[in-house]
Amino acid sequence: MAPGDPVIRPASDHSLLVVFGETIAPEHHRAVVRLTTRLLERRPEWLRDVHPAYATVLVCHDPLRTDAAAAAEVVRRLWAEAAEAPDPPERVVEIPVRYGSIHGPDLADVAAHCGLSEAEVIRRHAAGEYRVYFLGFSPGFPYLGGLDEALATPRLATPRRRVPAGSVAIGGKQTGVYPVASPGGWRIIGRTPRRLFDPERTPPAELAIGDRVRFTPVDEAAFAAAAGGEAAP
Amino acid sequence: MSRVRVLEGGFLTTVQDLGRPGWAHLGVPAAGAADAVSLLLGNRLCGNADGAPALELTLVGGAFAFEGPTRIALTGADFTATLDGRPAPAWATLAVAPGQVLQLGPARSGTRGYLCVRGGFAIPPLLGSAATHLLAGLGGLAGRPLRKGDVLDIESVPVADDGPPQRVPPDVLARLFPAGPLRATAGPQAHFFGRATLDVFFSSPWRVRESSDRMGIRLAGPALERRRPDELLTEGVSAGAVQVPRDGQPIVLHVEHPTTGGYPKIAHIIAADGHRLGQLRPREEIRFEPVALERAVALLRDRAALLDTAIREAV
Repeated sequence: MAPGDPVIRPASDHSLLVVFGETIAPEHHRAVVRLTTRLLERRPEWLRDVHPAYATVLVCHDPLRTDAAAAAEVVRRLWAEAAEAPDPPERVVEIPVRYGSIHGPDLADVAAHCGLSEAEVIRRHAAGEYRVYFLGFSPGFPYLGGLDEALATPRLATPRRRVPAGSVAIGGKQTGVYPVASPGGWRIIGRTPRRLFDPERTPPAELAIGDRVRFTPVDEAAFAAAAGGEAAP
Repeated sequence: MSRVRVLEGGFLTTVQDLGRPGWAHLGVPAAGAADAVSLLLGNRLCGNADGAPALELTLVGGAFAFEGPTRIALTGADFTATLDGRPAPAWATLAVAPGQVLQLGPARSGTRGYLCVRGGFAIPPLLGSAATHLLAGLGGLAGRPLRKGDVLDIESVPVADDGPPQRVPPDVLARLFPAGPLRATAGPQAHFFGRATLDVFFSSPWRVRESSDRMGIRLAGPALERRRPDELLTEGVSAGAVQVPRDGQPIVLHVEHPTTGGYPKIAHIIAADGHRLGQLRPREEIRFEPVALERAVALLRDRAALLDTAIREAV
């Protein structure tokens, strides 16, 4: 096994956990992106699903079509190919955000917790450049790295039953956008009019693993115009 | 094209099929029928493809009027169904005449039933599937449960394709839905817990909490203690994973599970028992039995072989 090669072990009778490390680190992320991309390009016939995360990739297989050892062998071979391939091109995605007002009901609490003004929270959040580590939790939900540590705020003690689609939020040291309405415990500081997940679109998710993301503050008029435009048939 | 009109929606009735695998990297779980075996057998009884869209009924069935002649099959939990007031047997093909009304009561055993119709329900697929994903409001009929007044189209099929009536015999059902413990392999973080806690997990009875749903089956029992206090870095999870949050009360991830999670997994329900999770009743007491990975795969092969011979001509 070469340095940087993953450890592969069964997670269940139908899945293998491919482990590159146990920390959030750029080299683990790069490895996850490469292996995920390769698996989805090749899609072996036994492959059911690929779940990339910070430093691991869960590979789900159909046990009636392959056994775990054979699947692991294919994953190793695809990893060897992926490790030598050039890096996939990097995309930068701008996401417009209406910070505060009714769209960001927790902005004041985040500002109070961090000892900053609301304007400073917005300035710092919009100044950051974020990395999409992976999409997980719910359809299209990006796990973003790169939040200014001064903005870290604990999750709500009681999660909301329904967070509106497009909500931009902070949970602990992480920030993210809820692409579909769902329950959630992160602090909502704003909302984007952009539809980040639409199953009728190809690809359905606006963001992809490895993307770089910037948030651009917009005012109410721009938010309403963009939201109206998205809602139009 | 024939149609079905919803007269009563029941407690939670959704359009389901065998789900949409292949999109987990976008945060979309495969979802689909909570008891895929019952959906598959219902479709086979109707002469459909295994994954034809059907209705998944939950705890209280509802009432449905058929506008044209068709064949249906009811599988899964026993909802004491009647067709125009006459008992409608489950696990068998039933001929339905235009105007007839299928009435389903509360589930007497199990939790979920499947109403399959010849041809399947005509639901445009989203990401390759008609399955309703309730959390995301995706698929099925506008991503929501059915309610009174909804009308569903049925895919038309030539009547001449209808073979003789068929059924699934009781001895096959007894083997597919045994009363014993749910079997599980060791989870990827079993080492977070240690031998003593694993013994507690596998030897204790667990009560199914009423808050259980298609996302997860929440269990109540002795608190499972960890040997390692460290946080787990969020990683991919699949249906059947038994994760243990800080309070030590396990949650079995079900079909609409999040695609990633940060709680350690003590065990994983074997694929061959995955369909049984869909029939667990609120407040039911369950147990787990450890099996090795090789045995788990052998049991899945046995189940596939059993399914291939499950459908018999009705006598």
